Amino acid sequence: MNFDRIKEKLEILADAAKYDVSCSSSGSNRKNTKNGLGDSSGMGICHSYTEDGRCVSLLKILLTNHCIFDCAYCVTRRSNDIKRAAFKVQEVVDLTINFYRRNYIEGLFLSSGIFKDADYTMERLIKVAKKLREEENFNGYIHLKSIPGASDELMREAGLYADRLSVNIEVPTVSGLKLLAPEKKHEDFIKPMEKVKNEIIQFKQEKKFIKSTPKYAPAGQSTQMIVGATGESDRDIMYSANYYYQQYNMKRVYYSGYVPISSDPRLPTITSQVPMLRENRLYQTDWLLRFYGFDIRELLNNHHPNLDLDIDPKLSWALRNQHLFPVNINTADKMMLARVPGLGMRSVYKILQARKYRKLNWEHLKAIGVALNRAKYFIICDSRLWEKKDWTANQIKSKIIKTSSSKFRKDYSTQLNLFDHAS
Amino acid sequence: MHHKILIYDGTFQGLLTCIFQIYEEKLSDYSIHPEGYNQTDFFANKELVITDLEKSGRVLKRFKEYTSKKAVHRIYRAFLSEIPGVEIQIVEFFRHIFRHKTDLSDDFSYPPILKIAQIDRKVGREKHRMEAFIRFELLKDDIFFTKIAPDFNVLPLILKHFKNRYADQKWIIYDEKRQFGLFYDLKKVVPISLNFENNSKKDPNILHEDEINFQKLWKSYFDSSNIKSRKNTKLHLQHVPKRYWKYLTEKTIIM
Ligand code: SF4
Repeated sequence: MNFDRIKEKLEILADAAKYDVSCSSSGSNRKNTKNGLGDSSGMGICHSYTEDGRCVSLLKILLTNHCIFDCAYCVTRRSNDIKRAAFKVQEVVDLTINFYRRNYIEGLFLSSGIFKDADYTMERLIKVAKKLREEENFNGYIHLKSIPGASDELMREAGLYADRLSVNIEVPTVSGLKLLAPEKKHEDFIKPMEKVKNEIIQFKQEKKFIKSTPKYAPAGQSTQMIVGATGESDRDIMYSANYYYQQYNMKRVYYSGYVPISSDPRLPTITSQVPMLRENRLYQTDWLLRFYGFDIRELLNNHHPNLDLDIDPKLSWALRNQHLFPVNINTADKMMLARVPGLGMRSVYKILQARKYRKLNWEHLKAIGVALNRAKYFIICDSRLWEKKDWTANQIKSKIIKTSSSKFRKDYSTQLNLFDHAS
Repeated sequence: MHHKILIYDGTFQGLLTCIFQIYEEKLSDYSIHPEGYNQTDFFANKELVITDLEKSGRVLKRFKEYTSKKAVHRIYRAFLSEIPGVEIQIVEFFRHIFRHKTDLSDDFSYPPILKIAQIDRKVGREKHRMEAFIRFELLKDDIFFTKIAPDFNVLPLILKHFKNRYADQKWIIYDEKRQFGLFYDLKKVVPISLNFENNSKKDPNILHEDEINFQKLWKSYFDSSNIKSRKNTKLHLQHVPKRYWKYLTEKTIIM
């Protein structure tokens, strides 16, 4: 191995891949067989964290950053004047194995610029995965990018080696896509997604009858949307996320605050801030959809097209629906408890367990770890003392904000200014 | 009755033997400490409890009759925390179950049970951190080696994880603090103890010739994957507290 040359390539191709925020390595069920290397049947592990606090769990690189396309939001676009590099298939295999053996990573996330054409690129990605599985007996996690426009045959093959496949929608609206990536067609994104979805369903069916049916993308599909590049509303983003969850059985949708990388007039200026707080609110909303039983229309709609930045989406919803509160901690059902601001699923579980044995009062709730500074306005328990006063939504909001220290407080004030200018 | 101090050998079975004795002798005023516990109360009534597998087995069996594997596991992990005083909380947990003869192991409104659950979570977190932050170095003789010094005694808990994952390579994980380690020889995991001569410094001669090169590659990968405009030191430190940095290849300067 020529370590100097590899190092140079690695720097270029890791740098280009870092804007893909997905680093999940969970959801697979690939066990170590025949005393091989690796196991991805557990929860994924973050082996490190970047200085911006993101999980490092996979070796995330591009196979190459040569690209025939010119998508405005992408550093790899052909008109961008940057160093280009390409890995050989075997180099990626060696890096993955050597990093994995030292417990640096859970596996590989391989993406690529599109060189020649979609199929040619997809073929190379598949080769890497196939080598890892068949020659190295590797059972770690493999996430491959589905190249927009790749053929059905290749997508079928990819799923036999990969744990997860993803196509990044990047631009949540069709009009935005026309503006920023006019050479790309919406259908090109959809086609591989559709194929993978159908294959997953089919393999699962077959597995029921034939036990030896191989695995097909056991960790499913994911996608990513860039936030804040095209002036879309939170409603636009989340309705389209919801659509992909439902239509394509997405395991995850990722939201990536646009990092300014270009002075293209179609995009926010190069000095604009990454909308991290907004991104965080979108993730919270996503969470409420997937685990807390919320319908997207409850959280975002025509009257309420954007999420509040100063409070989280659950609190915001609760303040708009005060007629549903207070909730009795000792009798409410699980889903209603989950809707109380300040109660996470862990607290809900603990309440459900503990109230089997005795009626719970404030002391119990505090001991369990409920965030009472928020919850107290929305619940009653086994005590005469509770917030009897009819606070208005605004009063509650300002009381809660005063008592909670948001990790985004500082960002919030600067970003609020930004938004004021924009509107 | 006089206050009694039970001294046990530091094993889980030893602690269970203490519980047996507490019931047998109907003790009500007692404390429990592992061997090596120093205190200068000459008047206290100290007794060395000899671990008895039969007695400890009976205590555990009875406990399991009322509860579940999960509860036992939770207690065992809390035990491995080695936090002073955890023994008494565990005894209270057992007594609560024996008193009510029913599975109250999720009764978090009973303080010792909540406490055990909290300690269990801490130990779980440390286990998880070790699984994440361990960095093996390849030695000349083809063994992947690492030294750790975890806050809690998590080696027994991480064994399975590493055995499943690295089934085709030899490895050693050595707990410097507790001076014992695990060696996987491609077939089974055996406990080992090692003698480090010059403890603090690493001897570069024992490393495989490519080892430093791979460490450098990993470090440059780590540096390249950072997005500067998103820098968030507080969040970073929350995930990787400084005391873990010593494990991390990407956080050390490689010569
Ligand atoms: S096709 Fe992909 S890699 Fe190429 S410019 Fe567009 S987004 Fe970037």
